[in-house]
Amino acid sequence: MNRNYELMFIVRPDMVDEDLSKLISTLESSVTSAGGTAKSEIWGKRRLAYRVGKFNDGVFVLMIIDATGAVIHEVERRLRVTEPVIKFLTVRMDEELKRLDKIKKLRDAKKKVSAQPSVVATPAAGEPAAEPPAPASV
Amino acid sequence: MAEENKAPAAASGDRPERSDRGPRGPRPGGGPGGPREGGRKFFRRKKVCKFCVEKIEAVNYKDVRLLAQFVAESGKITPRRLTGVCTPHQRRLSRAIKQARNIALLPFAGRAQ
Repeated sequence: MNRNYELMFIVRPDMVDEDLSKLISTLESSVTSAGGTAKSEIWGKRRLAYRVGKFNDGVFVLMIIDATGAVIHEVERRLRVTEPVIKFLTVRMDEELKRLDKIKKLRDAKKKVSAQPSVVATPAAGEPAAEPPAPASV
Repeated sequence: MAEENKAPAAASGDRPERSDRGPRGPRPGGGPGGPREGGRKFFRRKKVCKFCVEKIEAVNYKDVRLLAQFVAESGKITPRRLTGVCTPHQRRLSRAIKQARNIALLPFAGRAQ
């Protein structure tokens, strides 16, 4: 069963760009060969909020993976043994995405309903306001 | 009797000072809203949940700028009573902050160097 994960990892700032792209492509291929999809973006060098080992900066990489848990396990193992990777975090996103989808649908539905009566309501609201004073004066 | 009434009023007077510590963005005034029995009367704007008002549903650990508004200078998560965030959103918020801490986007303690 494929699930959606976000995997973020930090590599040491002195890593060469080619090595980084090589690392990313090997990770991606290990996901795709196991029947998943992976998409990655490099955030670039960022200051860390606290020292990790002896580093104050790191290159952040975000991977969005659609795969099974076993694949994630394997990718995490690889990251652990890859020396330049100083930190990684995997977050499962499918439940969250489902929830957001639901909310979005709900909001769209509400918008449609509220858009129609408001057109009808404005002339209707104008009439009762004009009418009551007339009986009162008679 | 009169002194008893003064004591809680003074204690509540300290509150706004405490709540001003964090490096937060625009936030409605601290303390509970409405007038207070006894002593001086305070009129404070009722606090509202930022996430409900601005309809921010996705509270994500990657959004550092958003999360940093709810973290005190010491690195602590600001309590709900100071920020006015509603319970469901505070739950997501605190989880996101903890995730961000794990990946070194937010500090566990103290200011980011």
